[in-house]
Amino acid sequence: METEAASAGVFDVAVVGAGPAGLAAAVHAGDCGLSVVLIDAGQQPGGQFWRHRDEKVHGAGTQRPGGAKRISGAGGIPGYAGPAEAAAAAEGAGHHDWKTFAGLRSRLYAHEAAGRVSYLRGTQLWLVEPPASDGTRVLQLSPVLDAPASGSADEAAVAPAPASVRADRLVLCAGGYDRQLPAPGWDLPGVMAAGGVQALLKGSGAVPGGTGVVGGTGPFLLPVAAGLAGAGVKVAAVCEANSPTGWLRNLRGAVRAPEKVPEGVEYAAVLARHRIPYRIRSAVTEIHGTDRVEAATISRLAPDGSVVPGSGRRVPCDFVALGWGFTPLLELVLAVGAATSLDVDGSLVAVVDNRLNSSVPGVSVAGESTGIGGAAMAVVEGELAALCAGDALGTGSPELDLRIARLQRERARLHAFAVAMHKANPVPARWTEWLTPETIVCRCEEASYGDLCAAHRDLGADDARSLKSYARPGMGWCQGRVCGFATASIAAVLAGRGPTAEDLAAMSKRTLAAPVSLGRLAALADAGGAATHGAAAEGP
Amino acid sequence: MSLPRFVDVVVIGGGAVGAACAYFAARSGLSVAVVERGAVASGTSSACEGNILVSDKEAGPELALAQYSQILWRGDLAEFGHLWEFEAKGGLVVSARPGTQGNLARLAERQRAAGIAVEMVAADALPDLEPELNPNMAGGAYYSQDAQVQPMLAAAHLLRLARELGATVHTQTTVTGFLLRGDAVTGVVTSGGTVSAAAVVNAAGTWGGAVAQLAGVNVPVLPRKGYVMVTEPLPVKVRHKVYAAEYVDNVASSDARLQTSPVVEGTRGGTILIGSSRERVGFDKAVDPLVLAAMAGKAIGLFPFLAGAKALRSYFGFRPYCPDHLPVIGPDPRAPGLWHACGHEGAGIGLSVGTGALIAAALTGADPALDLAPFAPERFDTPAAQEAAHA
Repeated sequence: METEAASAGVFDVAVVGAGPAGLAAAVHAGDCGLSVVLIDAGQQPGGQFWRHRDEKVHGAGTQRPGGAKRISGAGGIPGYAGPAEAAAAAEGAGHHDWKTFAGLRSRLYAHEAAGRVSYLRGTQLWLVEPPASDGTRVLQLSPVLDAPASGSADEAAVAPAPASVRADRLVLCAGGYDRQLPAPGWDLPGVMAAGGVQALLKGSGAVPGGTGVVGGTGPFLLPVAAGLAGAGVKVAAVCEANSPTGWLRNLRGAVRAPEKVPEGVEYAAVLARHRIPYRIRSAVTEIHGTDRVEAATISRLAPDGSVVPGSGRRVPCDFVALGWGFTPLLELVLAVGAATSLDVDGSLVAVVDNRLNSSVPGVSVAGESTGIGGAAMAVVEGELAALCAGDALGTGSPELDLRIARLQRERARLHAFAVAMHKANPVPARWTEWLTPETIVCRCEEASYGDLCAAHRDLGADDARSLKSYARPGMGWCQGRVCGFATASIAAVLAGRGPTAEDLAAMSKRTLAAPVSLGRLAALADAGGAATHGAAAEGP
Repeated sequence: MSLPRFVDVVVIGGGAVGAACAYFAARSGLSVAVVERGAVASGTSSACEGNILVSDKEAGPELALAQYSQILWRGDLAEFGHLWEFEAKGGLVVSARPGTQGNLARLAERQRAAGIAVEMVAADALPDLEPELNPNMAGGAYYSQDAQVQPMLAAAHLLRLARELGATVHTQTTVTGFLLRGDAVTGVVTSGGTVSAAAVVNAAGTWGGAVAQLAGVNVPVLPRKGYVMVTEPLPVKVRHKVYAAEYVDNVASSDARLQTSPVVEGTRGGTILIGSSRERVGFDKAVDPLVLAAMAGKAIGLFPFLAGAKALRSYFGFRPYCPDHLPVIGPDPRAPGLWHACGHEGAGIGLSVGTGALIAAALTGADPALDLAPFAPERFDTPAAQEAAHA
């Protein structure tokens, strides 16, 4: 189906990512009357935060255009196949701000039906071409799955995404993912990222095992534990590396986001009801098992983040969920050459101004990529980026200026809260002390902590890039997404200094934002490449 | 570590060539300090494939240096080969057309006369060497001496070995000038202080021309940009370094415009490295996707299965190119005390150890294994050379 916007060839705005930020950006850009292309790897909107069950099977509060209707009865999971209202309620179970999502989603589908937003599902952006002379950029796209998983009539009805689109402005809303820290045994089957466990619960209602330990830091551990308990899993312990008194100390920030407080109380009640031990200043420092997880060692942490000797206690379990906060996906930000900096939580983030413009003209960034701040802040940033894009493209008005100013104030308030939470939930400063030489740091390349230490000791590697060159962490399939933060931290500890933005950038930078087949890459040279290439060849 | 006040030799540059110079100089009993403005192997040594090739060189001084380096890699340094993942993988040059195969045969003949091991391979024998190769090839030539190392590890371990022999290595230390007595160079001025030295070796690679400039001498090293692409790890399907015969022509050409020729090789990790491109665009750090596209297309031409393989990443670097495609090795008569070991273009990893051994021999007054005259730094100052450089 060729939308009006797509037939024009050039979109006003390309939004990358359909999570909280991208969804809000696409909807509000559409509201501004801009032509929008929304590019997302998922098959349905919501991103990781609002990951939910298959709308085609379980229904989506609002029917999506051209999509299948909710299937009632046969094939549905009991409790998800009732009347529309019940289904809508069940669809949002366990979610926060589901109403916000449902509202944005129905507006997205309305824009899509009206041809104002061209929504490319299951599509990844692998290359942002340099801007053409008119400032527009070509975005090279590919399907997330090269071949469709099934050839049902419904899927055949959805036109394949184009191989490329052109847009005037780019709004990058790639979101974030679980920040992971290695521990001995963390490569055993049964060890998962806390966010991954949450995604499993939200996406399919599946649970990773029968008895679990949840560890890491931050308030996110609570909904994960509560979700598991609600699904009938025994949670043997929740290990919080910091102390909630840290949150209290930063209460000044927290009270300015009062909606977060009842949320925390609610989870605390769930934990109490299921008699889940909540251990502060403790961490999962070793995971045991031969073929899969059999137990976890929980150790107490001293205030300086070091492990209290002899405090380790072995807890039987068949899975471990580890959550050390989140970190932004920065491939696209780095690929377009936008400036980055080290955020208060130690993540590399995009540098933006108060209109969310990056350092690269025409490219703005919204959501977790500007600093981990949660879904509510991402929605605000998405809207802000869309309105500012509209303003830049000439839809400005005094009313728009007022809305922008209001969103900027709201963003500042939520940002202050996020900073307070980050300060209360740091990664333990001395976490590398629980590693053994055999602990795998990079699972793709099987590079161990001992390999990294040897690269430092014998070869003088004292930055992440050198560690990567000599011991290969971050060189494999995931290109450092999993081990990037850990490697940058290890480099800093080995060199006796704090981590730097350069260490993190060395682990995130790449020319291809996503893996792409050589056949698809080669096709670039055939399709329309000649014109731009002629220009390039005229250089010095 | 603070800089020493006086050493026999200061080596400028911690890439493969600088590391080899430091190692062989230290092994000769000289006191050595290496100054590197970034991290070890952070220039072109980290942006290449680690080639140790004889196949792509015409008979002549560069091939002789390659052969001397082969002796060192496989002899003197054999005990360390595992540290830098030395792999005697062998090279297969293939021709798409009979005419090209004829040219390749004549090149092989000249190389064989110079002592290179090369066997011509008929079209029907190619699948025995490379089963996945495009079957429409006219033939090829097999070079058993072609090898590969992991270049960053080679540089880092050569420096480690040098340190064990007493050398000091100073990273994040930028040379800003020379200590001069008249025209003579008596040491270096760096961001970390000054060091007096009997000899200063300019092993600054692509930036060697700028370093020479600080001493007031002309060494015309120019950047020649090249990309490498890396695929996802795959089961072994490419056994050798395989490249098209046109690569040899492109290496030897001085054309500033973009040239691409397919070079495909597997690595121990299962990834496949894909080259190659050449263009003279200064130190332009923008990524041109169409260069990657052209490389991908040509690689698929050699190995059709690659159309379905995924590229995970790419990188680029700047080869240190001299107008006559020969490196600059030896003492500089225009600035006594200054030595050069730079300008190795795309062959610096392979030629590094030969270069280091020649420099160390000359520094200690021993007879170098090869005549250094073809590599003389002042060779560009003749009117004819200057004319050629501007052509």
